[in-house]
Amino acid sequence: MPDPFDSILYKYVYCTLSSTDDVACVGSGLFGGGLLPGGLEWLAYVLTAVTIVAVLINAILGGVLMMIWGERRLLGRFQGRTGPNRWGPFGLLTPIADAVKTMFKEDVMPTVSDRLVFTAAPILMLFPALLIYAVLPFGAGTWLADINVALLFIIAIGGANVLAIVAAALGSGNRYAMFSAMRSVAMLISYEIPLVISLIGVLMLSGSLSLVAIVNAQTLPFFIVQPLGFFVFLVASMAELNRTPFDVAEAESEIVAGYMTDYSSMKFGLFFLSEFAATIATSGVITAVFLGGWHGFDPIPSQLWFIGKMVAVLAVIVWVRASWPRLRIDQIMNFAWKALFELTLINLIVSGILLLIWPSPSTTELWYMAGINWGVFLASIYIFGKVLGPKHDPVKAGNIQPDVTLSDSDAPALPTGGGD
Amino acid sequence: MPLKTEPITINVGPQHPSTHGVFRMRVTFDGEEVIDVEPIFGYLHRGSEKLAESRTYTQIVTLTDRMDYVASMTSNLSFILSVEKLSGIDPSPRGVWLRMIAAELQRIASHLVATGFFLQDLGTLGTPLIYMMRERETILELFERLCGARITNSYMRPGGVFMDAPDDFWPALDRFLADMPHRIDEYEDLISGNEIVAVRCDGVAVVDSQTLIDASITGPMLRASGIDWDLRNRQPYEYYDRVKFNRPLATASDNYARYIVRIHEMRESLGIIRQCLEQIEPGPVRPESVPFLIRPPAGDSYVGTESPKGELGFYLVSDGGVAPYRCKVRAPSLINLTLLREMLIGDKLADLFVTFGSIDINMGEVDR
Repeated sequence: MPDPFDSILYKYVYCTLSSTDDVACVGSGLFGGGLLPGGLEWLAYVLTAVTIVAVLINAILGGVLMMIWGERRLLGRFQGRTGPNRWGPFGLLTPIADAVKTMFKEDVMPTVSDRLVFTAAPILMLFPALLIYAVLPFGAGTWLADINVALLFIIAIGGANVLAIVAAALGSGNRYAMFSAMRSVAMLISYEIPLVISLIGVLMLSGSLSLVAIVNAQTLPFFIVQPLGFFVFLVASMAELNRTPFDVAEAESEIVAGYMTDYSSMKFGLFFLSEFAATIATSGVITAVFLGGWHGFDPIPSQLWFIGKMVAVLAVIVWVRASWPRLRIDQIMNFAWKALFELTLINLIVSGILLLIWPSPSTTELWYMAGINWGVFLASIYIFGKVLGPKHDPVKAGNIQPDVTLSDSDAPALPTGGGD
Repeated sequence: MPLKTEPITINVGPQHPSTHGVFRMRVTFDGEEVIDVEPIFGYLHRGSEKLAESRTYTQIVTLTDRMDYVASMTSNLSFILSVEKLSGIDPSPRGVWLRMIAAELQRIASHLVATGFFLQDLGTLGTPLIYMMRERETILELFERLCGARITNSYMRPGGVFMDAPDDFWPALDRFLADMPHRIDEYEDLISGNEIVAVRCDGVAVVDSQTLIDASITGPMLRASGIDWDLRNRQPYEYYDRVKFNRPLATASDNYARYIVRIHEMRESLGIIRQCLEQIEPGPVRPESVPFLIRPPAGDSYVGTESPKGELGFYLVSDGGVAPYRCKVRAPSLINLTLLREMLIGDKLADLFVTFGSIDINMGEVDR
């Protein structure tokens, strides 16, 4: 069991409250520590947890607001326009105005809805997104909990939002919502598999499921050592998040808003919130597992490194959203089972062989592994692209004949019309 | 144990994010697959054809603006040509060149809207649409210089146009012509080679050319099936026989072919405008002899023109009065819709709107 005092957050708050004579607490904490009388260490323990959770949840809400702003600004830039810029400096207060507007909207509940399920669904959706933050290491010594099965925990929690989507669809009794639920169940279950297998390479390298241990094992960031795993994990988690090009569950040009069609006011707000919270959480997981977590160079503090890497991942996700259309559901399933699944297996086999050669790799040996893995990565992506990709040449696909020139005399004869 | 399933029917529209106006489809699905479609329209019916019977010929121009409201210049042109044929008016050359420039600019604007919303239906989050709206905005500003209006232009009159282009129109048009080819290249970079666009559009909603001819479908939809049918070439009106242009044809007749034909037609339209600029001469924009109140002799006339959506023509019957006795519009949007059911059945739900968008209809023209 990891020592809770490894988390400086925990140590700081706990030592402020408790008057324990633990040596670890000496000299730390506000006001010299010991605000509560002796014998109340259990209360200090509870209060510490409550404080940190409150701080974290508010940080998540702030992060979501920042991401809404950032995504809209970035999308604006991609689309040759300004984005929100009216309310506050650079439009920074726009998401707050949006949130206030959402709260004051009328909360409509359809008459055919199942009231209990309808109300429970947004809450069910938010919980998994928030729980992921519990195990994220935001910096050196900055985490809420360092549990030894963190990665397993994230995968288990991350799959739970399917329940919420199905509950929302069943509860609202809307047919568009049913389409959305059917699509997302099929999609999320399929993408869980490559998502999990792509992480096994990282597990083999780090030898631990704890995120802190994984970050510490990355003397070389794992996206360099495990490019295939990184790629598959990025793609699969974008599918898990319902982001473009996998946003079939809420495809606004097809099924209006999918499972959210009948929701309004803060129930819709919670869906929105949880979607963005999950996106940020996933980018945090990607940062911790593949991008070296909080590692960077001084004098920039480790927390800023982590947040900077997270923002970079988010920017890539927004970039993809700005430039690509949506795939069809059958093509998405094909992609999961015919491409991503095999790619993860290739990654697993190659990583296993390399670990047999270098059982406990040093940094130099990690570089050798990276070289081989990048070769495998590029070759397999090329081969899979050739085999599974569209045989498409923009000119040949429509068999365009742009050189038919005009003249009144030699216009070719038309095919004659049908017999009837 | 076999699972019991049953088809599900959804009323898509008239309020739906991607019905391009107030269009309704009653669609029956088997899972994701479309097994039946019933198009229902008429929500935007304003009785334009009946209203035309109580208006003078100049007043009807404003009604034609409101039929195809993303391509009002070509609607104007089609109506005016029919009136000129009915009353035997000989238009002035400068007026004709100006009308051709306006019509070709409008064709580009209409294709931009069609392609942009087609890609929006594919699920792009507005990026291509906003790029295309940006260039359409330039065209609308050109129209604003030309006639003071952006959408409902009412620019054309029997015999020519109602006023000459102002001096600042020509440099603005030159800038547009210099800029637009790069913009089209930009769209092609973003879209034409995109794998997702390719897998979504290749081989979807294929209709063979004989079916298209039998359903009297015209415009880019017909040319995307390899039929070389463009009224600007087949039955030249205006001065289209004095300009040279290519007619892009595609043979695949799927959603991608319809998209790529429109992209190539925009380039050709730019070429036509350049040739018009070379040949245009100073002079009056409409002959002095055309009276304010036109009283055509009794008779009828029809001129088919190539609007951005297909063959657009006004069938006018005159009894010698100031208003037509009967006005019938051959609206390409309505007629191109006739194959919708055949195109959609067997496809997936996601392709429903992509195919619908690839037809390029305008509800103002469908319902009139």
